[in-house]
Amino acid sequence: MKGLALRVAHLYPKMMNIYGDRGNILCLERRCEARGIAFRVDGLEIGEPLKPKDYDLIFVGGAQDREQRLVAEDLVKVKGKRLQEAVKRNIAVLAVCGGYQLMGRFYRTAEGEELPGAGVLDLHTVHPGTDAKRFIGNIVIEWNGTTVVGFENHGGRTFLGDRVQPLGRVVAGFGNNGEDGGEGAVYRNVFGTYLHGSLLPKNPKFADHVIETAMRRRHKDFRLRAIDDAVEDAAHEAAVRQATRRSIIR
Amino acid sequence: MIQRTAAVVAAKATAAFSRRFRLGGGTALPGLVAERINPSLIRELSAQLSEGSVIVTGTNGKTTTARLLRSIAKKAGLKPVANRAGSNMMRGIAAALVDGAGWSGDIPSVEKRLGIFEVDEATVPLVAEAVRPRVVLFTNLFRDQLDRYGEVETVAAVWRASVAGLLGDTTVVLNVDDPSVAALGAVAQGQVVTYGMKDTSSGEAKLEHAADARWCTVCGSELEYTAVIYGHLGHWRCAKCGNVRPEPEIFCGQFQAGKNDSRLTLKLPGGLVEASLPLAGLYNAYNALAAAAAAAALGLGRAEIQRGLNAATAGFGRQERMRVGGRDVQIMLAKNPAGLNQVLRTIAANGSNADLAVFLNDNIADGRDVSWIWDADFELLQGKTRSVTVSGVRAWDMALRLKYAGIDGGGAAPHVEPASSEALKRALKTTPEGGTLYVIPTYTAMLEVRDLLAGWAGRGAFWEGE
Repeated sequence: MKGLALRVAHLYPKMMNIYGDRGNILCLERRCEARGIAFRVDGLEIGEPLKPKDYDLIFVGGAQDREQRLVAEDLVKVKGKRLQEAVKRNIAVLAVCGGYQLMGRFYRTAEGEELPGAGVLDLHTVHPGTDAKRFIGNIVIEWNGTTVVGFENHGGRTFLGDRVQPLGRVVAGFGNNGEDGGEGAVYRNVFGTYLHGSLLPKNPKFADHVIETAMRRRHKDFRLRAIDDAVEDAAHEAAVRQATRRSIIR
Repeated sequence: MIQRTAAVVAAKATAAFSRRFRLGGGTALPGLVAERINPSLIRELSAQLSEGSVIVTGTNGKTTTARLLRSIAKKAGLKPVANRAGSNMMRGIAAALVDGAGWSGDIPSVEKRLGIFEVDEATVPLVAEAVRPRVVLFTNLFRDQLDRYGEVETVAAVWRASVAGLLGDTTVVLNVDDPSVAALGAVAQGQVVTYGMKDTSSGEAKLEHAADARWCTVCGSELEYTAVIYGHLGHWRCAKCGNVRPEPEIFCGQFQAGKNDSRLTLKLPGGLVEASLPLAGLYNAYNALAAAAAAAALGLGRAEIQRGLNAATAGFGRQERMRVGGRDVQIMLAKNPAGLNQVLRTIAANGSNADLAVFLNDNIADGRDVSWIWDADFELLQGKTRSVTVSGVRAWDMALRLKYAGIDGGGAAPHVEPASSEALKRALKTTPEGGTLYVIPTYTAMLEVRDLLAGWAGRGAFWEGE
């Protein structure tokens, strides 16, 4: 594995770091290092340009509303075009919570204002109003023959267009919009999801899938070797039990 | 009047009943009964407090600060009427007032009664409207249980509206080291008293990962810090619009950390106070400073403030110490990243052989979302633990976080035992006799752990026989 490297662009780490997004970066780093893959992460804040060819994976996390607004502006004005170019070049993108919403066409706020998104995913998000129920709780989705578990907390309802597929089917929880049973979105090598918790540490299979997807652009047929995931798997299973138990009560 | 008597009598009876049958210590339920019978009870009873009342709010330090303020008030010859730790919404306030009233339904007027209420951040407007406080103290605003409180900015907006709506005779006491708390000064109608930490020697070199309010409240630019105390608290300024931390009139000029205590030099109106606080950690120095500032705003003297701080004892699960089976147990409640980081720093400062038991629950009162543990800096304890036991409903989430932080029990992986009683026994067993076991629980775990430990206190190493 000599000379292998995963180069990550972390968009807006200072503004979009709510809900333990640090855990996702730590996880990518740890799982790469365990396989002898060099790991590098650059934080790109507002105003800083994105150079797609420098990266294998672009990560964007969740934010509070105030920050999300500022980020949305920067995404459209500064990084939007490059991000679209990155997606066309099959660079991997992982977008979580607020970051997921921002990858879509637009976000309509509770007040009815329409904020444009980066437009890399064929989807849009609508906040039905401040009186509407927020989707808060543990969530389990079925993904790729296994499960992905996390926590969701969003007021917006996301609706997918024809060009994207849901990331998974909701087993327990709300998912994209609480209606169609879908959660998240996949398009080319872009993964969007509402799951945090942190998302990656206790979903090692999904984490490895993201890393492999990112690596395969430059290294065809790249595969990660298995590592000791005893604690990860135990945390995954315990969280699934907790989430499915809660959903019966709810 | 008759309605008030009926409400107080019914609530008092409920309190006695629930205490007798151990239905949760009799805190919120009597308040609920009283409010049902007389919705304006809080307003009526609080108006009878001869010395008025003070509200203490903020993400971290409410309980300890209110407790320190009670200690000071007692030294000043006042008789505090105060709600119990954690019972800090309307019902908890109602219950406290009922407790302070006689069976006649009135608060005795012969005593100097001062209401000291710790109030949930989001409940401040309701309580302030009902009790018409003399003083409202805002300590800090951190990210905390986002599934419950919503976003930090939401709470800040609630506070701004609440402060703007206070009457001109209410004094607002503000921690200027927190930019979003300092900003409340601009909307205050009445007097504003400011406090802050001048001694920055125990602070951090840079902002912690969990730092939230690092954006200017006026123009939204990123703030610059010449000193960080902890979290986003510090000496901040905005290079873009000139918004800057106001110089506080009350401050801590010197903080010296001890293992289980601290020495503070406080600058108060009229002069300095040297206090020996029987609590460890920078965050408790902040709590003492906040209590002193509120006491000064109430017109209490420096001598009383000093004696009150010196005589302080640890609150419910907040560095509370118990002796169990020859081990010294310290319970250090942790509810959010900023508070937990302070706990971790305090433990890390006390040597490199810590015996640790961490309890992570995800009940409503803990916050159902456990992702916050990834924002806390467990890495601070790297190489400083001798034994680590992990427990609670989300024990495995915590075990994974500790794996990432490189925390182990002297070379062995943290021991995971979801059942709290078994976990606690195991942790006690692995702590050498005469040693200190640090227990870090979330809120509901703290209630459980306290009960277990209290039941075992005074017994020998009872787990040996099991």
